[in-house]
This record gives sequence, structure tokens and C-alpha cells, in this order.
Amino acid sequence: MMEWETVIGLEIHAQLATKSKIFSGAATAYGAEPNTQACAIDLGLPGVLPVLNREAVRMAVTFGLAIGAEVARRSVFARKNYFYPDLPKGYQISQYELPVVQKGQLTIDLDDGTSKVIGITRAHLEEDAGKSLHEDFHGLSGIDLNRAGTPLLEIVSEPDLRSAREAVAYMKKLHQMVVYLGICDGNMQEGSFRCDANVSVRPKGDPKFGTRAEIKNLNSFRFVERAIEFEIERQIDLIESGGKVVQETRLYDPDKGETRSMRGKEEANDYRYFPDPDLLPLVIDEEFIATARAGLPELPDAKKQRFMSQYGLSTYDAGVLTTSRALGAYYEETVAALGGEPKLCANWVMGDLSAFLNKDNRDIAQSPVGAAQLAGLLRRIQDRTISGKIAKEVFEALWAGEGDADAIIEKRGLKQITDTSAIEKVIDDVIAANPEQLAQYRAGKDKLFGFFVGQVMKLSKGKANPQQVNDLLAQKLK
Amino acid sequence: MHDKTIAQLGAGLAAGEFSGEELVRAFLERIARHNPQLNAFITITAESALTQARAADQHRQRGAVGPLAGVPIAHKDIFCTNGVRTSCGSRILDRFIAPYDATVVEKLNAAGAVVLGKTNMDEFAMGSSNETSFYGPARNPWDLKAVPGGSSGGSAAAVAARLTPGATGTDTGGSIRQPAALCGVTGIKPTYGRVSRWGMIAYASSLDQGGPMARTAEDCALLLGAMAGFDPRDSTSVDRPVPDYVAALDRPLDGLKIGLPKEYFGEGLDGEVARVVEAAIAEYRRLGANIIEVSLPNSQLAIPAYYVIAPAECSSNLARFDGVRYGHRCENPKDLLDLYTRSRGEGFGAEVKRRILVGTFALSAGYYDAYYLKAQQIRRLISDDFRRAFERVDVIAGPTSPTVAFNLGEKVDDPITMYLSDIYTIAVNLAGLPGLSLPVGFVGQRPVGLQLIGNYFAEDRLLNVAHRYQQVTDWHRRAPAAFA
Repeated sequence: MMEWETVIGLEIHAQLATKSKIFSGAATAYGAEPNTQACAIDLGLPGVLPVLNREAVRMAVTFGLAIGAEVARRSVFARKNYFYPDLPKGYQISQYELPVVQKGQLTIDLDDGTSKVIGITRAHLEEDAGKSLHEDFHGLSGIDLNRAGTPLLEIVSEPDLRSAREAVAYMKKLHQMVVYLGICDGNMQEGSFRCDANVSVRPKGDPKFGTRAEIKNLNSFRFVERAIEFEIERQIDLIESGGKVVQETRLYDPDKGETRSMRGKEEANDYRYFPDPDLLPLVIDEEFIATARAGLPELPDAKKQRFMSQYGLSTYDAGVLTTSRALGAYYEETVAALGGEPKLCANWVMGDLSAFLNKDNRDIAQSPVGAAQLAGLLRRIQDRTISGKIAKEVFEALWAGEGDADAIIEKRGLKQITDTSAIEKVIDDVIAANPEQLAQYRAGKDKLFGFFVGQVMKLSKGKANPQQVNDLLAQKLK
Repeated sequence: MHDKTIAQLGAGLAAGEFSGEELVRAFLERIARHNPQLNAFITITAESALTQARAADQHRQRGAVGPLAGVPIAHKDIFCTNGVRTSCGSRILDRFIAPYDATVVEKLNAAGAVVLGKTNMDEFAMGSSNETSFYGPARNPWDLKAVPGGSSGGSAAAVAARLTPGATGTDTGGSIRQPAALCGVTGIKPTYGRVSRWGMIAYASSLDQGGPMARTAEDCALLLGAMAGFDPRDSTSVDRPVPDYVAALDRPLDGLKIGLPKEYFGEGLDGEVARVVEAAIAEYRRLGANIIEVSLPNSQLAIPAYYVIAPAECSSNLARFDGVRYGHRCENPKDLLDLYTRSRGEGFGAEVKRRILVGTFALSAGYYDAYYLKAQQIRRLISDDFRRAFERVDVIAGPTSPTVAFNLGEKVDDPITMYLSDIYTIAVNLAGLPGLSLPVGFVGQRPVGLQLIGNYFAEDRLLNVAHRYQQVTDWHRRAPAAFA
């Protein structure tokens, strides 16, 4: 059996989070009534002209700096010419020969714990097209041009990815990056972050690439993984049964879990690219770059390293807590409010808090329990006012909006009992009530120690300080 | 009244000799009387013109107004006019009502000018005779058998026939200057970027430039002063102050260095046109100018380069006319391809189709380097020619067109001969320089234009050089007998 190697390159379209479109002043907000967010420029009326949105440029430059790329001091907008009803001008303004971002890289973490550097060939600015609507028009098609002119950053990777898993890891890392940078909302369901995958296979060790197929418009991590896996298998089966892979565009059908050729649309398009004479070359000066650089947030990898060294967190914990900027900020606010105990904070943010967020399908930004409130709860664990177990009950009350931790503890009478004489009294009662077990314990049945602890905790309604219970019981049972 | 210049009309309005409304009525009457013969207007906006005129009169009563307040003008039908049909001379936009004003229209409206209507033009500004218009050709007021030139032929004919004292035009390869020459009026194509292209329907974006047409350089100065200026809606417009063109008109020409490119006086130039142009040069010598021979060695490459670049850009610019959102749509399309091919096939005329095909070819994979890139290189060579010439001279002068107006139908089946009609004007667009044409005489009944080419943003100098000539000659005052 021949051993095959997969070669994958991804083209990712990240919708830039500008307020207005890339070449017009129309709004970019998602979900408006069809054609209510399309101005004369977006409609491609006669005589209109594009004016570049500087904010989109700033975002592209920010991305370039974040991936250690070269930011082109001069780049050119070109027209990609083709006819389609949702393309109002009959051409898309894009960048072709001279993109704004060139030669960057992104490090991804692999399943085996190692990491791998993936080259990013280029990232260029372009405008999105509108949408064709085929339902509810009695055999006709409708066109919604709200999306036309929305700024996109097309990020093209080198063919450095060798498996569907790697492709997904890269895509996730890139997703994290653009969201971190605040240049993309990352919403994949709304199409803010979507992917075309170029997939080919070759005999392992062969320096030549095989013929590739391009799978279009994958808008979830799961679909990317499944589509690529299907495609790899399809290509290998095809070659092994004597066939040949054809260079073509394919669509992934998530219902059937397969890719299908988009026949008919792929008649060797000649897009007749040429520089758009309506736009001057995009010239970016050092000052613009310096400003963008100054505005860069701490990047995910750097933040992860810092969390490990500053807070003594494990690689895993630091990775989880830096998944998003908001989560990292929440964690740091908690630690700061509490004045230490980074591990305790990490456990709670990654544990109970995350579990509740997931359960309610909320983002960290929408957490009803703020960092200061969580710290207020953790402070009472720290000073032994409550036990960890009671704290879970308090957290639930916090989540339900019953006030801050101290008020909840007070109201529900959850304060931990630390008064030795009070605990001793409970212990005495328990011992007195269980003479049989006492006898067995004293006869050597050590296991029963736990029974006594349980009884004491039960009688104290969980409020007795567990450590003190342990110590005092050990003395009294002797 | 109709024989007065804009400057004279402005003075008359200011002096209360007549009201703006009276003025507009007079011109509307002339249009009603003469346009059927001339076909200079595609659309006449009588009602809104009267409203504008009355508003200008009211403004005047309330206080100081500018020199164009109440002055009637016409717009080439390539400029979008809010609520008014903007056809670009094409069937495909025959029923297109623009929902907004071009910057040029907006600025002239703000200056108080009154819009009489929209003038005829070659379809999408592609032509040199006005014969490619869907609405039929405008005619030359000097001889109704002759073409008015193109593409701004309607504007030139309307100004020459005194149907309007001034009009806007656009010039991609000579479309203001050549019709100005053929109709005996004055017209200036400004430096690329001087006048906003917002709302001016694109033919070849890197060459198109709007400008004024009127009977005198002074009137052009008044109009250009209102039209020019930076526009944030046009990325190619230049952020540079607009000088007072009128104030610069009277500067003496003593010591002015006028360059005559030897390539503009060679083969192809009609002998009688040459004699008229030489007489004009002699007049300049009398005005104190020094005449110096210069060379623009790459001149012969201008037409081939232009006929790659302009069609390439137009093939893309005209892709939006697809029958989907606006404009002509064919009856009962059976599918998308049918919708595209029939809507465009029916909507565009032969010359537009020819240029779209040429341009599509020139941009195609495998041909791009040989045609489009090569043409761009030639463009740089041509700019360099001018740069070198302007190291030695202030202004370049020569014939605007190699012949006087030709007869309707004469060149319509021979595109190459037609294209040669712009041989002296096209290089100016490729270089992005300003160029002006002024009337300097006749061959028989047909006018001859002199072209003046200036350095970048030297519109004030060109208008000054033309104005001084018009102070000592009267060619610009001659009116075609039938329209005097």
C-alpha cells in the first residue's frame, strides 16, 4: 500500500469589524431588511466612485503586525471582473499583485503537544459581494446587496498543513487572533469568518504537489475537518483506482458529509485583473504603522506565556484562560481583586464559572457574576468563612442575582463554624449517638473515621470547618 | 440677449437689465425653435430651469450673489442630475433617472447657474462625431451636413448656436476640445484630478475629466472656477486650492514661450487647417510670445496606447449595465445568460460594443502584458515627452484636430479614420495635462481650433493665453448665420 501525504492550504475570509463598508459610508450591521444597507455606491449606480475606508486599512495593518508579516508600503487595488447578479459593478475590488500584507506566520499547537509554524503567504483587502435569494420569488431570484461592499481580509496560507486536524488548529488559531485583535467579530454562523480549503494528496516523500481541489465556503470548524477528511479519502480512492484528480471547485454538503463538484460554474474563469483606476495605490507610511503597532493588544501566545510565569499556571490552564481577551481580562481582574491566589481563581474561572456560562450559552462578557463578585466569594473561601463546598452554593446564588457573596452567606446562614468548643459539642453529640461505630473504630476499623466526619458535617449543616473537624475528631476518637 | 457671453449676462443680471427668469425663457424659446434641427439636447428641463431662475432672482434681491447666479447652462448627458433622465447617449440608460447629482452639477447649482437641459453626446462618450448617440447625431450649426465633433458634440453645438451660453463637457481623448474646435467655441479639459468625477458616468476612469465649454476663455474661467476643486468622494481628485481663473486672464504674454511640436504639423494635417493655425501663431508672436519648436517624439504611439487603455477600462466600467438593477432589460429573459446577453446586446450600440470587445481582449490572460502593460509603458513615455518639452516652454500649441468638421456619415464606417480625428488631443489625456481649444479661423464655412496644452494645473495660464488672443481677434464672436 502506498503511503499518502496530504497537503492543505487555507484561504480564510475574515469580515473586518468596521462600522461602514470598505468603499462607501453604508452600515455593515448584519441582519437588516434586504437592500436597506446599500447606498448608491454599493448598488453600482452610474457615476459612483469608491473611497477607501481607512479603518479597514488599519485593521489589515494590525493583522499584518500581529503575524510578523511585511506590511506593504505601497499596495494596489485591482478589479476582478466577472458577471454575477449579486456583484453590482460587474467586478469586485480586491488586491491582486500587490497585497497589503505579505509573508507572515502563525504558530499552531498540535495534538502531540508540539507546535508548528504555518506560513501566511498574504492577506489582502477586498469587498464582499451581495447575496442571491432563491426562495419565495416564484421561480425568480432576489438580490440582497446589504453585504455588498463589506470589507474582507482574505488570508492565504502556504500549503503547510498536513492533515484536517492541523487545518482546524490553524483556523482556530487564526480565528482567535482576529477576534483578539478586535478586527473581526468571528461570528461563523453569520459568515464573518469562512474558509476555502485547497486540498491535494501526494505519495509520501514526493516533492511535487498533487492536483488540488478547492472546497468553497466552509463556515464551521467541524465542517472544515469533515470536508477535508472526506476530500482526502476521495482523492486517494480516486488515484488508487486508477483515476486522476481534476483541478476544480467543490462544495461541501454537511447533510451528506461529502464534497461535490460545482460543475458548470468553473469554465476556466479569466478575471481580467487590472489596477482599479478609481483608486490610487494604497500608500502606508511609517507613522500609520507605528500607530497601529502602538494599538496592538497583547497577543494570545505572549499572554499565555505571561500567565504561566506571572501566575504559575500550567500550560493547559494558561491556554484556556487566554482563549479570548475577555476571559483573560476577567481572570486577571479576579486575581487582582482577590489580591493573589491565582490557582484558586483559575480553578473557579475554568470550573464553575465556565460551566455556568456553557449551560446558559453565554459569553464571558455576558456573565451575571462579575470578576469582583467572584473575588468576593473566593475571599470567603480564603479566610475560611465558608468551605469550598458551601462556596458552590453561594456561587449559584450569585449567578441567580441574589446579591454579593457576603450578603448571601449572611442571609442563608452559611458562615463556617470555626469555634472549637462549638465543633467539639457537635462531635460529642455524634459520638454519643453512635456508640457501636465508636467501638468498631476503636477496635481498629479506621475506615469509620470518614463516617464520623460525615455525621459531624451533616449535623453542622456543612458549616463546620472541615480541617478543624478532622483534627478534633482524631483527638476525641483516640 | 442670446448673443451675450456669460460674463456679459452676469453683468446684465447684476445691473437689472433683465431677470434670470426672462433670460431662461429666452434661451428656452431658442431651444424650442432650433433644437429640432440641431438635436443638441436630449432632455430639456424647462420647468426646473424656471424654478431655478426664479430662485436665483430671489437670491439676488436678498443680497450679493456670484457671477453665475441666474446664468443658463446645459450639462452633457453624462453628468448625473437628480430626478432627471441621465442617458449617457445610450439606449441602455434611456429611462434611467439619476437619484443624485454629480459633484459638477451640485457645484454649478450652488453657484446659482440654471440648468436648461442635458446635451447630446456620443454613446458613453465613445465617438468623435456624435454619431454613436442613441438619440441620433447633433448637428454642426455652421453646416447642418457636418458633424459637431464628439463626444461632447451636443454641448458644442448648443453653445455655438447660442442655445446656451455655456455647457459642461467631458474629455477622455479630446471630447471637449475636438467638438469645441469643430463648432468654433472655446473649451478646456483640466488637469486630471482638477474636477471631480463623482457622478460623471465613467468611460475610461484614468483619462476622463470634466470641463467647461463656452464661447470665450473668460466664460470658461468663470465656469471652471465653479466646477473645480477637491472632492472627498473622488479618490483621484487632487486636494489643491483653485486659483482665481478670472483674475489671471489679463496677464500680458510678453516673453511667453510657446512650443510648437513638429509632430503636430506633419503628415495627416490638412493644409488649410495648417495655414489657419500658423496665422494664429503669428498673432501670438505679435502679442509678444516667443515661438519655439519642440518635439514630442512618441506622439504617434498615443492613439494605439489610448485604444488599448480606454477600451480596457470601459470594458470593466460598463459591466454594471447588466439589466439587473436598472437600465434597459430585455423582454422575457429565459435565464441569466439570456438576460445579460440580450439586455446588453440591445442596450449598447456598435461602437460601444467594439470598444468593450477590444478592451476585454486586451485584459485577457496571455494578452495583458502585450497590450495593457505595454500601453501603460507608452503612457509614461508620452508623459516624459511633455515633461521635457515643458522644461523649455510655457505652453504648447498646435491644431486641435487635423481637419475641420467632416460630413455626417463620412467616417462612420471607418473607425480608424474616425480615431485619427483625435490624434493631437489624445496624448494630453494620457499624460493627464490640461488642454484648451479656441476658435482661430475658418476653412470655408467650418471653424478651425487651436489647441493649447499646459503643464499640470496650469489652467489659469491656458485661459490667460486664450483670453489675450480673444482680446485682439473676433473669431470667437462669429455666429453661424442661421443661429445668429
